[in-house]
Formats: sequence, C-alpha cells, structure tokens
Amino acid sequence: MPQLRINGQTLTVDADPQMPLLWAIRDVLGMTGTKFGCGVGACGACTIHLDGNATRSCITTISDAAGHEITTIEGLSHDGSHPVQKAWVSHNVPQCGYCQPGQIMQAAAFLKETPKPTDQQIVDAMAGNICRCGTYQRIRAAIKSAAEAI
Amino acid sequence: MTDIVKLDRREILGAGAGVFVLGVYAGFRPFPVANAAENTSFAPNVYVSMDETGTVTIVAHRSEMGTGIRTGLPMVLADEMDADWARVKVVQADGDAKYGDQNTDGSRSVRQFYQPMRVAGATARQMLEQAASRIWNVSVDDCQAVKHTVVHTPTGRTLDYGALAKVAATLPLPQADHMELTFKPRSKWLYVDTPMPIVDLQDIVQGKAKYGIDTEVPGMKHASIERCPVYGGKVKSYDAAEALKVPGVEQVVEIPATPIPSGFMPLGGIAVIASNTWAAQQGRTKLKIDWDYGPNAKFDTTAYRAELESVAQKPGRIVRTQGNVDQSLQSAAKRISADYFVPHLAHSPMEVPACAASVANGKCIAWAPSQNPQGAAEVLANALGIKQSDVTIHTTLLGGGFGRKSKPDFIAEAAVLSQKLNAPVKVTWTREDEIKHDYYHAICAQHLEGGLDSNGRPTAWLHRTVFPAIEATFQPGVIYGSAGELQQGVTDVPYAISNLRCENGPIGNHVRIGWYRSVYNIPHAFAVCSFADEMASAAGKDPVEFLRALIGSPRHIDLKAMGVDYPNYGASMEEYPIDTGRLLNVLNLAATKSGWGSALPERHARGIAVHRSFLTYVAVVAQVAVGHDGQITVPRIDLALDAGQIVNPDRVRAQFEGAAIMGISNALYSNITAKQGQIEQTNFTDYLVARTDITPETHVHIVDSHAPPGGVGEPGVPPVAPAICNAIFAATGKRIRSLPIDTSMLQTASLN
Repeated sequence: MPQLRINGQTLTVDADPQMPLLWAIRDVLGMTGTKFGCGVGACGACTIHLDGNATRSCITTISDAAGHEITTIEGLSHDGSHPVQKAWVSHNVPQCGYCQPGQIMQAAAFLKETPKPTDQQIVDAMAGNICRCGTYQRIRAAIKSAAEAI
Repeated sequence: MTDIVKLDRREILGAGAGVFVLGVYAGFRPFPVANAAENTSFAPNVYVSMDETGTVTIVAHRSEMGTGIRTGLPMVLADEMDADWARVKVVQADGDAKYGDQNTDGSRSVRQFYQPMRVAGATARQMLEQAASRIWNVSVDDCQAVKHTVVHTPTGRTLDYGALAKVAATLPLPQADHMELTFKPRSKWLYVDTPMPIVDLQDIVQGKAKYGIDTEVPGMKHASIERCPVYGGKVKSYDAAEALKVPGVEQVVEIPATPIPSGFMPLGGIAVIASNTWAAQQGRTKLKIDWDYGPNAKFDTTAYRAELESVAQKPGRIVRTQGNVDQSLQSAAKRISADYFVPHLAHSPMEVPACAASVANGKCIAWAPSQNPQGAAEVLANALGIKQSDVTIHTTLLGGGFGRKSKPDFIAEAAVLSQKLNAPVKVTWTREDEIKHDYYHAICAQHLEGGLDSNGRPTAWLHRTVFPAIEATFQPGVIYGSAGELQQGVTDVPYAISNLRCENGPIGNHVRIGWYRSVYNIPHAFAVCSFADEMASAAGKDPVEFLRALIGSPRHIDLKAMGVDYPNYGASMEEYPIDTGRLLNVLNLAATKSGWGSALPERHARGIAVHRSFLTYVAVVAQVAVGHDGQITVPRIDLALDAGQIVNPDRVRAQFEGAAIMGISNALYSNITAKQGQIEQTNFTDYLVARTDITPETHVHIVDSHAPPGGVGEPGVPPVAPAICNAIFAATGKRIRSLPIDTSMLQTASLN
C-alpha cells in the first residue's frame, strides 16, 4: 500500500496509486481543506506543496507524490499563524472562501521563492488560481503585506 | 435621541412583501419558552438565545455563499441587543419555516430581515432590562443595557447578561401583535455600519470551513452521474460491465429522466457508486450508454441566436408605452438604432454542486450547500415520496452560489440515490458536469431605437428584448418573459423621454434557464446603458452630461400609475420608489471619484454606466486600455452605490469588488454555446472567467444613506460590462454590441 508524507506524518493510503492526490487527501485521509475545483489543473483550488513547491493535487497521482514532503493547508500552520494566513485575515480576503486554501498555498510557496515580489511577479504567480467571487485585489494586497511581514 | 417605535402586526408585515409575508411574520415572532421554570436558557425568539454564562447564540437562517450574510444579520441583532460580539456564537439554521423566508436570492436578506433582526434584538434587550429590574426591585426605567450588562443608572451597579438569563427566561414574552420596542439611536450602534470580519474567517484561512462537498457521513458512498449531453434526452440502454471492473466501484444505478421542463428535479442519468469520488469518476468513463437525445438534439446556438435576433426585429408584446414612439422616431432630427446580444452563461461557483444525503426509515437528512433549504426540502419530499416534515436540510457553507445553488436538483440526486441504495450517498459533480448541465443565464437579443431633436435632446426610445424565460424551466410553452424579468432593466428604464415603448418578443427554450447573479439585468443594462452612450455620441455630448439630461430632474417614477406591471423586486413603491435623485447622485459620485474628464493616454478611455437594480443605485466608471493587438486591460474601475442603510461596510465593498470581476468575466470572457444539442464548453480551459491578471484597481464609493436597505450582492454586476464597452468606444471608436467582446475587431489596421 502506498505511503505518503503529509504534514510531517507518514500515512498509509489504501488506494490505487494512480488516484489523484487530491482525492486521496480528501476521500481516503479525510482532510477536506484541499478543494476540488476543476480536476484538470486549471483553477488552483487543490493547490498543495510538494517539497515546498505549489502543486495541483488534482493532476498529481499518489505515486507521483510518494517519497516527497506534502503540505496541505492543514499543515501550513497549526493555528493560522503563517504570515500569509495572517495577511489574509487582516485584509479580510475571503468571500465564500472555497478557493482560498488553494490561493494561500500558492501564495505561501511563491513568497518562499520570491520574498520581495514585484506586482507583476504576484500577478504571474497567482494567475492560475481562480476566485469566482473576485477577491483578487485583496489577494494581491495580502501577498504584499505578507511579503513585508516575512 | 431614541427611536420609540410602536409596532403592530401590520407594520411589521408591511413592505408589501407579498408571498414573503407569512415567512417574515413567522420569522420574527417570539416563541414562548417551554417550561420556563426549568429552563435557564433565555430564548425570546427563534433567532437568539442565551445561556447562564452569557454566551449569546444567534441563528443565521440565510445561506452563506460569500456575501457575509451569516455575519451581517447577526450583527444587526447583536447590536440591538447590546450584546458583546466576542460573546456571540453564530449557528447555522436548518431549513425550517419557523425562521421565515430562507430563500437566499434576489439580494434581499438585509432588506427583508434588517427589521426583524432589530425587533428580535430589541425584544431580548428589553427583557433583560426587565429581568434586572426584578432582581434589583427597581423601576425598569432605571435599568439600561450597556454591552452585555445591565446598569442600574442611579447607583451604577451592574449585572452581566449571563446573570440575568434565568430570570429573563421566566418573563412573559412581549405580545407579537403589539409591542412597544425601543430601538437604539444610531449614535449608540456598536456594529452596524462598522467594518466587521466575517465569523468564518479563521476557519476559511485554516482550511477548516466545511462546505457541502466536504460532508462526510459514516458509511457514505460516493456517486458520479453521467447525464444525457442533451437537455431532455434519456437513456435507451446502457452497459455497466466495464465500469463495475474499476477498483472501488460498487454499483451502477439509473436515475430516471425527469420529463422536460424538468424544473428542480434531477435530470436523470447513470450513477456510478463507489468507495471514493475518483473511482466513481473513473467508472463513469467506462460506461457504454445509448442515449435518446430527445427534442433538443438539434439545438444549435448559432441558429438560435439568428432566431432571437430575427424576433427582435419584429414588433413584440408591449410591456410599457407612453407618448407616440413611431411618430416621434419619424420626426426626429437624428435617429439611431442598435442591436445587442448577450450569450448563455454558466454560474461556475468554485464549489461544484455537491451534496450528501441519507434516507432511512422514510426520513431524509441532506447536508446541502443550498441557497434555499426549505425549497430543497419540498423538492426532496416530492422526489422521495415522503412528507416534507420528514426531510431535514442541514445548510452547509456554500462555495459560491450566484443563483446556481437555489436549484436543488443535485440535492435531490443525492437523496434519490440514498433511497435506492439504502445508504448515505454523496453526489459530487465534476466541473464538466457543472458547465454542461447548468441552469444557464439566459441568452438575449435586443433591438433599440432612439430619436434626438435638433438640440441633441432625446425624444424617442424603443427597446425590444427577446430571451428565454426562467419560467420555461418549469412550465411548457412559456415564450414570453414575466413582469419580474422585464422589470430588470426594461420596463423600469428611468429616463425622462416622453415617447417610450418597451416590447418583449416570443422565443422557445432548449436548456435549463436559471437565475444568475443579477439575472436579466445583465443583458438589459448592457443594452440600455450602451444605447444611452450611443445616443450621447449621436448628440455630440459628453456621456455624463447626456445621462444627467436623460435621467432628468430628481423625482419618483410611479410605473404602476403608468399602467406598467412592475413588481419592484417585491417591495412597495412607497418604501422603495424609483428615485432618480439617488440615481443622479451615484452618477455624479462615480464621475467625480473616477476623475471623469481628466486626460488619459492614447487608446485609454473611461466609460460610464448607471443602473438601478434590486432597489440599489449603482454607477460604474471603467477605465480601459486597448492595445493595438485588440487586447483589453482595465486599469481602474470606480463603483458608486446607494444601497440605503448598509450593515457591514467591508462586506459591501467586497461584494462590489467581486461584482467588478464578475462583470469583467461577463464582458470579456464567458460564453456558453451548443452544437447538436450539446454544450461545447468543458472546463475552465474553454469556459473562461476573470483571473487575477485582468483585475483593475477597484474603488468602491458608498453613499451614506438612511433609506431602507436595498440589495448588495447583485446590483454591482449589471453596469460593469456596459461601462467597459462604452470606454472601449471612447478609446477606439468601435462599438461593442455583442458579448463576450471580440477583441479581433479592436485590432488596428496596421496589424491586419
């Protein structure tokens, strides 16, 4: 049976190794913070970190992920204290909130790689994440605040 | 000063709420506390209760889909109760008629429940003051609630609300029919009109917020349903042998097709039941289904559009008329006409339709991201053949709604499958399902004609609209729009033109049509606000100046007195008149704040649109830049709004920021088309919505208004697309009359 390293723990996943990581996380492991949005890597709702890199879990199989460090929104911090989460709170970013775990995971990985981003770098990094409520302006502002805080 | 309002039942019912009257009444009516002597928790009405620790529990009975209503209405109650927000817990109501209307659509939650929440809070506060007066044995006039305590004003001693719960619970409830309630003066408001974070904020950023799709029930099975690609088709035969070989797939069952128009009932199809979502989806790809595509097998958007446009050229049913339009058009110094088109759109909330349901022993429980839990219960009862009272809907958070989740077809799918399988079932749509089987926003073709006199003043207005009606989703043979649909930007046109006629042409329907954020205001505001701009251009006038003249003097337009069948969004004309003064005010505000008239670089320009919908007045100025390759950017949008009394200014801003983005999606990207009866778009790869790269610098300007609350969720959307298109005209001289914008027509000749 495949084993996965998720949020610092090693978990055995009773599932087909070809199953997308998204469904393994949600249906098999019962962690629902990672969201389904499109299933084809076109919206970013399912974004997790694979060895620290933002990755679409809906198009990453269990076998692709095996042997790598997976972080989900539940593992980004234990208490919402990650600077990106704090910035999201101070800017009151979410409306419905559904896409926000994916947005936050995308932003957190991006800021790790690009701690002092330009506006254009923020746009480029976040263009793969759809928010149908239209919170983009606040997401950008929150990323800038988080960059200053990190 | 303190407002003292004596409420009798008629006043509270008031507002001409029509069908909602019973709901509103039931909603605020204080319910007696059963067996008060043993009950130490204080529950003066269905919306609020408090235990002896002083923890106040407020029931959020409207659905949270991102507007912040789960925070907003409890804020109103807590404020009037003088409760400490830090000691308030918000719980989500199940679907239940005792809460009043729960159908969270039409941008009417605050409009309908602002007053009932105040009544509920004021009742609680006054009973707590009475309880303190009993405990201290002093006059209630000397007992004053101050943020979770009652103060004895002559002595300054205090009692915490928690210490009052037990006594308050024994007090007689104020009579619902005749209460003397004292509302707090505006100067003492604690929360209303103050930016407040939403109650779910921490859960959302930590991934703990639970949406319908996140429901997990012990023993639950996962279902994915293959539905007929053509609306109205059904299964002739199917072979599930290969699907059943997929590991994890347990069963394959058919859901019978609902004859069209299928209304709120499931479309039907072949459901693959599995131990996880992915296995169910994999199983689906292995199904072999022979479909009978039914009567819409030849439905083709290109041909249908031609039909709509041809109907729009012929006289239609007259829905508003004044003066003599034909004569004034003939005698006009200048006469213009234009035809506009808006396509079908899919809602595409980020959370696809998904629901878990458990049917056992003749009872059903569903965990549903529903905008309308009572309506869902009714549909489920019919679908299951059980009583509505045996259906429980637990409303979860909604990962976006936009009108999609007011339709319970997906909830009924889960319930029907659970009944068949005798186990809890979760149905999860794919994105492709959502795009191919939506209740689409109506396609619409419009023809407008206008006349100007020799001074460039408007003298004639003809507006003809043709669209499939939402009622066609529920009743056969519906070919005309309803008064409720035609009020959305057609019959309510607020222009001071003495010769004016509005018509509606007939058209059949081939897909499910449904409410989509701001509904028919989208096509109608696009046409009306664009045509106003075309008239301004024909008159050789500045658009803002021309709009001021077009709107005319500040006045109330009494459409009913003019013989127009005008529902006014279910509100009374007395309380919510069409007030052109407020419309002019937002127009001027948007113009001023946006820097209207100031210089911009070449191929940059501003456009303006002003529109009242859902009883709220909105003006939008869009600044666009058009590249020589035709590519459009929107550097800035200003939205000015007068929504009457607002509750949470930060969430009002958020709704209008979001409306700018949805308006951009509608203007620039989104388009649903059909060929051979099947929707051509599949996913976010070809059904396009706005992403962060197109996001403008967005400024929201809120008019400080004490008028009765209007809508907030929807009215920002309609003026955005015409403002953008009017800006494109100003930048390039090219008039956009069809959405989504074809950027190839904006390329400069040098590139061709």
